[in-house]
Amino acid sequence: MAKTVLLIEDEPNIIEAVSFILSRDGWDVQTHSNGHDAIDAVRRRAPDLIILDVMLPGKSGYDILSEIRDDPVSGRVPVLMLTARGQTRDREMAERAGADRYMTKPFSNADVLEAVRALAGT
Amino acid sequence: MTDPVTIGTRIRERRVMSGIRQTDLARQAGISPSYLNLIEHNRRRIAGKTLLTLAAALGVEPQVLTEGAAATLVAALREAAGKAEAAQPDAGPDAPPPEHDRIEEFAERFPGWAGLLSGLHRRTEEMERTIETLTDRLAHDPFLADSLHEVISAVTAIRSTASILAETESIGPEWTARFHRNINEDSARLTEGAQALVSYLEGAPDRDAEPGSPQEEMHAVLAECGFHVPTLERATAVPGDVTRLVQAEAARGLSVPAQSLLQTAFARYLEDARALPLAALRARVREDGPDPARLAEATGVGLARVFRRLAAMPAEEAGPVGLVICDASGTLIFRKPIEGFAMPRLAGACPLWPLYRAMTQPFAPIRARLRQPGRAGATVEALAVAGVEGACGFDRPAPVRAHMLLLPGDGTGPAQELGASCRVCAIAGCDARREPSILAEGF
Repeated sequence: MAKTVLLIEDEPNIIEAVSFILSRDGWDVQTHSNGHDAIDAVRRRAPDLIILDVMLPGKSGYDILSEIRDDPVSGRVPVLMLTARGQTRDREMAERAGADRYMTKPFSNADVLEAVRALAGT
Repeated sequence: MTDPVTIGTRIRERRVMSGIRQTDLARQAGISPSYLNLIEHNRRRIAGKTLLTLAAALGVEPQVLTEGAAATLVAALREAAGKAEAAQPDAGPDAPPPEHDRIEEFAERFPGWAGLLSGLHRRTEEMERTIETLTDRLAHDPFLADSLHEVISAVTAIRSTASILAETESIGPEWTARFHRNINEDSARLTEGAQALVSYLEGAPDRDAEPGSPQEEMHAVLAECGFHVPTLERATAVPGDVTRLVQAEAARGLSVPAQSLLQTAFARYLEDARALPLAALRARVREDGPDPARLAEATGVGLARVFRRLAAMPAEEAGPVGLVICDASGTLIFRKPIEGFAMPRLAGACPLWPLYRAMTQPFAPIRARLRQPGRAGATVEALAVAGVEGACGFDRPAPVRAHMLLLPGDGTGPAQELGASCRVCAIAGCDARREPSILAEGF
């Protein structure tokens, strides 16, 4: 059975492109596009991997990540964070909040695939 | 106090400059040439009548001989020399260092050149300050941060989509059409975003927002000391200290209008510190944290003053504390920034700020959790109160001010969405909007 990845991102065309490449790679891709109830989506769908954008409407990606980490069920799911800023401060915040990988936009499709495969292997 | 070493040297220089022989000057001053020789080589002290006669014979004021060139000029030259050595200019490795031991001699012999040099040094300092302010503005500009984020999002979508089209074999006509359409959409969005950025960067500079404005200058001085002034915190501080602090900034090149603003700000600081001394404040904050309501209740000091005192505490004691103050026209007259909350540098902040709501309900404390769009979801706790500040009379306008204290939020729970100012705000359908945003539609 295909592994599931939950993509939490609010840009429709990025969702479409990333969904496409991950589906072609054999993933079952589910998406969610706002911050408010992202944690509910995580609990409901119990994905094997989460890709989480930092800048979401309603709630910061860092806060969502903390909620994921605090949850007994989703707490250990690998999380790949996406951000539009490559500042050291953001990287540190992501690491502190418990991200497994951190990727700066714009990224190449090959990098995303590589990161997702690496995280799924762990 | 006069320095015997330099008086003799000055007499000799003056004499040589005037082309008078040692013998002739000695005769005019009624002393022997060998005694004058000893004086000129700083081997004999000189004062009183001999000094006066020599000065008269050389045609200069006695002070010129005793005090030398203006002390400020020498100090300025010394500072310039120190800066130049610290900065290691591109003079090359062989360039000799400034002759520190001959600064006074230089200032005296070439007052014009020395003045020019100290003037250039001052200008360099001013320009460095301008550059720092501009850099700071670029780094904290909410519009730039938001629109760059939008541009990067569009670029990300285009890059990802384009590489799918270029690299995926047998993609199928339906997907191809869809991705072509997406790229078309995103490139239009990218164009708009880039154009908005260009017009923003080319936009006419706002006079009040220029780094050189007195408001900016005053805030730069306050920011430099972290909004905390130890001199004015002492129990023995007097209004004279305020004047001295302002004069010290004036000597560093603070403009006259900014000096007047700083004088007012420091005078208020001193009054505040007397009403609520640091030791008492510290003890309370250590116990209850930066809780203005409890502080006001326990000390009997008004909320606005408690806000100002909290904002004047060192960050390592009270944590990050932001503060904005506006006058009755809504113009921001004081801004201490806090991470996670953008403030415009000029009048015309977002009308939704609790600061302005407080104006409509004077004396009623207001609390709100705020979130600005595009600040990665960060929230701040805002506490606002408005009232009459200072003396009132029946025949003059009441000095009404509103204060809004900003404390770090926990990032959770519902929060009121508001902006920094309309021009750079992305909130759609806002009833309080007074001018269109320069952000492209859909941003």
